[in-house]
Amino acid sequence: MSTDNAATWIAGIDVGGTFTDLIAIDGASGAVRLAKVPTTVHNQAFGVLAAIESAGLDLAQLALIVHGTTTTTNALLERKLAKTGLITTRGFRDVLELGRRTRPKPYGLTGHFEPLVPRELRLEATERVDADGEVVTPLNEADVKAAVLKLREAGCEALVIHFLHSYINPAHEARAWEIARELWPNAYVTAGHRLLSEYREYERGVTAAVNASVQPVLDRYIRRLSDELKARGFDKDLLVMQGNGGTVSADIVAESAVNTVMSGPASGIIAAATSSVAAGIPNVVTYDMGGTSTDVGLIKDGVPQVSAELELEYALPIHVPMVDVHTIGAGGGSIAYLSESGMLQVGPRSAGATPGPICYGRGGSEPTITDANLVLGRLNPDKLLGVDNPVSLAHVRQLFEDRVGRALGLDATATAAAIVRIANDKMAGAIRMVSLAKGHDPRDFALFPFGGAGPLHAAALARELGIPKLLIPMRPGITNALGCAAADLRHDYVNTVNKALPTLDEALVERTLEAQIAKGRALLAREGVALEGETVLHFADMQFQGQSHILTVPLPGTRVSRAELQKRFDAAYWERFGVELPEIRAVLVNLHTAVIGRRKRLDLAVLGRGERRQRLAEAQTGTRQVWFDGGFVDTPIYRRETLPLDAKFTGPAIVEQLDCTTVIEPGNRVSLDALGNLIVEV
Amino acid sequence: MSGIDPITLAVIQNGLQQVCNEMDLAFCRAAFSPVISEAMDRSDGIYDAEDGALIAQGELGLPVFVGTMQFSTGAVIERVRANGWKVEPGDVFIVNDPYMGGTHLMDVKFVKPFFHQGELYAWLANTGHWPDTGGMVPGGFSAKATESEQEGLRLPPVKLYKKGELDQEILSIILSNIRIADQRIGDIKAQAAALSIGEKRLEDLLQRYGGGTVKAAIKELRVRAAQQMRARIASIPDGSYQGEAVVDSDGVVDEPLLIRMRVTKVGADLEFDMSGSSPPCRGPMNSVLATTKSSIYLAMKHIFPEVPINAGTFEPLKVIEPEGTFLYAHYPRPVSGCAAEVSQRIAEAVFSALTHAIPEQLFAAPAGSSGNLAVGGSDPLRKRNYVMYVISGGGYGGSPHGDGISNGCSTIGISKTPPIEVMEQFFPILFEEYSLHEGSGGAGEHRGGFGVNYAIRLLRGAARASMVMDHGRVGPQGALGGADGGVNTVAVDQSGKEYRPLHLSKDQDIQLAPGDVIRVSTPGGGGYGDPFRRDPAKVARDVMRGYYTREQAEQRFRVRLAGDGTVDAPGTASLRGA
Repeated sequence: MSTDNAATWIAGIDVGGTFTDLIAIDGASGAVRLAKVPTTVHNQAFGVLAAIESAGLDLAQLALIVHGTTTTTNALLERKLAKTGLITTRGFRDVLELGRRTRPKPYGLTGHFEPLVPRELRLEATERVDADGEVVTPLNEADVKAAVLKLREAGCEALVIHFLHSYINPAHEARAWEIARELWPNAYVTAGHRLLSEYREYERGVTAAVNASVQPVLDRYIRRLSDELKARGFDKDLLVMQGNGGTVSADIVAESAVNTVMSGPASGIIAAATSSVAAGIPNVVTYDMGGTSTDVGLIKDGVPQVSAELELEYALPIHVPMVDVHTIGAGGGSIAYLSESGMLQVGPRSAGATPGPICYGRGGSEPTITDANLVLGRLNPDKLLGVDNPVSLAHVRQLFEDRVGRALGLDATATAAAIVRIANDKMAGAIRMVSLAKGHDPRDFALFPFGGAGPLHAAALARELGIPKLLIPMRPGITNALGCAAADLRHDYVNTVNKALPTLDEALVERTLEAQIAKGRALLAREGVALEGETVLHFADMQFQGQSHILTVPLPGTRVSRAELQKRFDAAYWERFGVELPEIRAVLVNLHTAVIGRRKRLDLAVLGRGERRQRLAEAQTGTRQVWFDGGFVDTPIYRRETLPLDAKFTGPAIVEQLDCTTVIEPGNRVSLDALGNLIVEV
Repeated sequence: MSGIDPITLAVIQNGLQQVCNEMDLAFCRAAFSPVISEAMDRSDGIYDAEDGALIAQGELGLPVFVGTMQFSTGAVIERVRANGWKVEPGDVFIVNDPYMGGTHLMDVKFVKPFFHQGELYAWLANTGHWPDTGGMVPGGFSAKATESEQEGLRLPPVKLYKKGELDQEILSIILSNIRIADQRIGDIKAQAAALSIGEKRLEDLLQRYGGGTVKAAIKELRVRAAQQMRARIASIPDGSYQGEAVVDSDGVVDEPLLIRMRVTKVGADLEFDMSGSSPPCRGPMNSVLATTKSSIYLAMKHIFPEVPINAGTFEPLKVIEPEGTFLYAHYPRPVSGCAAEVSQRIAEAVFSALTHAIPEQLFAAPAGSSGNLAVGGSDPLRKRNYVMYVISGGGYGGSPHGDGISNGCSTIGISKTPPIEVMEQFFPILFEEYSLHEGSGGAGEHRGGFGVNYAIRLLRGAARASMVMDHGRVGPQGALGGADGGVNTVAVDQSGKEYRPLHLSKDQDIQLAPGDVIRVSTPGGGGYGDPFRRDPAKVARDVMRGYYTREQAEQRFRVRLAGDGTVDAPGTASLRGA
């Protein structure tokens, strides 16, 4: 055990929509503590402190806290943003409002869109740089000053400077930023090029506006949290999770606040990557099913795919590198109904958290996927989390028949089976599309389910997708917190080059990549967190001349020849599309470097320790009638934590743990690895 | 009900959709021309073996192709039968003939027979908008053509691939007749590869569920889609509803073209009668029948977006063939404006008719123009020829749900405009402005969205500009007392002198010298409901944002503002006569 003076624990604390999860590992003894407490929406810090307390940890024991927060994502989605002003190139103040001529949905001509910065707070300055980076019109500094003062006067808290072509020549933007910093009462001034040096004025501008408008919100939250932690005796490092799957020191996180958007899904993916590598299965499709939506990601060779093309919602692109997670609008709360022509549909409408599924007893009356799992015996009615007023199974069955079943000539059980089948079919289709869009066949991967509901559906999905194997982590319900605890520090840099290979200057490539490394190292040094080493990754975004989609290829180092680039691109293109195009020139669009400060590896084996029984039979808590293709089957129920590590069994089976239920289908073969992961062969 | 259980039916529906979505994805990701990959001006689907009727279509396809591809697939089938051709696995037909179930020449279709257990089971087809198919102007959007031959290379159905082999002879004819041919091979391969992927995936589906079951499901899904469309039609009160829309001119004769649209509920169906519309025109604003029908289908899909798409969806929509009007053109009438512009006026006429029937489900007219501008020239610095396309959006109409959005995509498209920073990298131009077209949103209780102003300066070399736009004469229609949206304008600064096209929104071969500037302002959306009932606070906000001037607030909304920009309540009350 640790003494008060030896701070040996590392805690990962992730704030989700409903719960704040914590996992803490003692580096000295290997002891593990878990906590799950309700998220405190108005100030997430209270939930964080409650989680620490609930785990029985003293802040003085903690050597490091890594924190995943939804502060910025929520602020954006709910538009609870700081009042933000914009200064931009004369003639272009409406770029952020006009977007790229889209509509919310392919069909239907109504919808709604509010730009992040309203028109009266978007001002212009005379200046212009062209596509080659040449100055066409010099910067009128007086314009900038006047605009800054006007926006300050208007009560803006944050400011964005966004000029055309600043990705190739940032001089005007940088100068305007200097002027603004002198006049602005705080540090919340964002220049587009400082966040990302990629072309596309709408996307870069929105990304900068997102950064500015969430910066004060995040800054206040993190300060409050670290003050609270300090007041309680914590004086070690506090790291914050970012969307790129790495962490950053709390002291500087607000500078690039936009990087924390989508950090929740990223921490899940990082945990999946860490766990799957540790388990020796480095290629997985991750499947995180929650109440209203499901996140799907892809990990190849242990490395999560990263993309800089996220669109958080309609017309809200965020183009900083982030772990590539695709959200599907189906979750436990997805509602089943009959269309006007009598077709059974599941989703996209969701019962959400309120009223939620029928079985939550909050007034829900429409059949959901969660209810269907209950009717089929897959969920234990006595152990549901989040139930307000227990509802009888008979009531659920009655509603299944009334709402859906009768019109189809199905009883409640058959209705539930149909709902699960159709939901699985749709989710499998979506997972397939996500994998294919990234250029991979899902059959070459294992499925890594997590979240409360992932392991309920994973076996059926794998069968549908032709995926041979499931890797179910030891703690599916706290995966995100584990991701925080496991994540390294990481900083990403992207610069647009946009040159056809024959005219590409190899020295420029080297210079650009070296400069990116230097920036990353400087930032790591500023953070001052104890590291074991450093990893640098380089990527090139490439395309054929005339194309608009890019393909990302990894680079071996900073010195890359044109021939090498061509070779790597051709190979990647062939792998993705099965097409060779020697007729057309390849273009290097962007150079991208990730500088990763490696922390001490977590020993995941500690997760699997604990109350293991000697024999499988001792881990069985009972049997239950569970429906599998065609009928109810007497199915053994096991308690996950007590399964012997050398256990081997064949489905059907249900494996239960506090916040998660795993369904093993008939014929599935199950074994455990040394880390306590379930390996299921489908 | 058929013998298929409801679960299998739903699963096969999803499976067919998935096949099409995968074709969409493959085509889009591998395509070259940004019109296909970025602007998504393409579509993929599965069609009936016998008559080419639509079985399923990808969700990422361009709306205007919703109904047309089944007609072009049907045309291929007819041609095969008429000539007694043998159809074999690996064959791919190419066709772009507008008069054979097409749109305009730039929409090139690939049609591939799909065999299951040695029998022709279905057709797979896709359309891609090629950036050029020859003709008198780069890009194909001629404003002045008077016969089909001037519009470009017309391909009747011929086998471009024979048993999987690309026919180099046909390819060489095509490449010799189009501009910027060197990149087309990439698009051709992508377009054919998408069909191969569809072939594989459809075969997987049939292996799993059996050819007979899937066929029965296809039949049942068609019945169900018709049922669903009829369920929506049931919400329309019995009656006959008149709508109209006006095309500025045909580009050659400066007279408006009128679309008269009478929508009548006949039992459970809707009948669309366009008789009384203008006769065929000399210029390229004629529409072919497939495009006319498809425009009506897509308009209905915009009104009832939740109805799934297959041939059954269209069964309850009875279109009386508008013989003798410009909406049913025959060879050799020029038709290059039909897909991009006339289609949107047809949709507008449907919206305007049904506004009288089900106002609570409709919206005022959207800008409804693709805003095509093509500039072709030679860049002396980079020593290369180029064709630049600018497409632009406009305001959407107000609706019962609120104000219209600004700079929305064309009614028939889902494409994004390329970024200014990308355009300036590729072409010798400089944007001087890209801004909101103030005042263009039609006044209404829920106002229209705003159009765009842009100005492009030519930097180097000589060039010529052509454009096919619309709504220069009258703005997009308001609904229920709302005002029309602002009109489209085009002006060119030619060496300091201003030139305005005679036909307002359509012109061809405008000569440009370095320093000349093209200025375009696109239409705003129509207003919805009485503008004098608009919340004065919203009007004040709109004025503060510079959407309207104070004068416009008084004239269009009867709202008076105080010196500080807030609502002058007594002044407003007296203006509004309350």
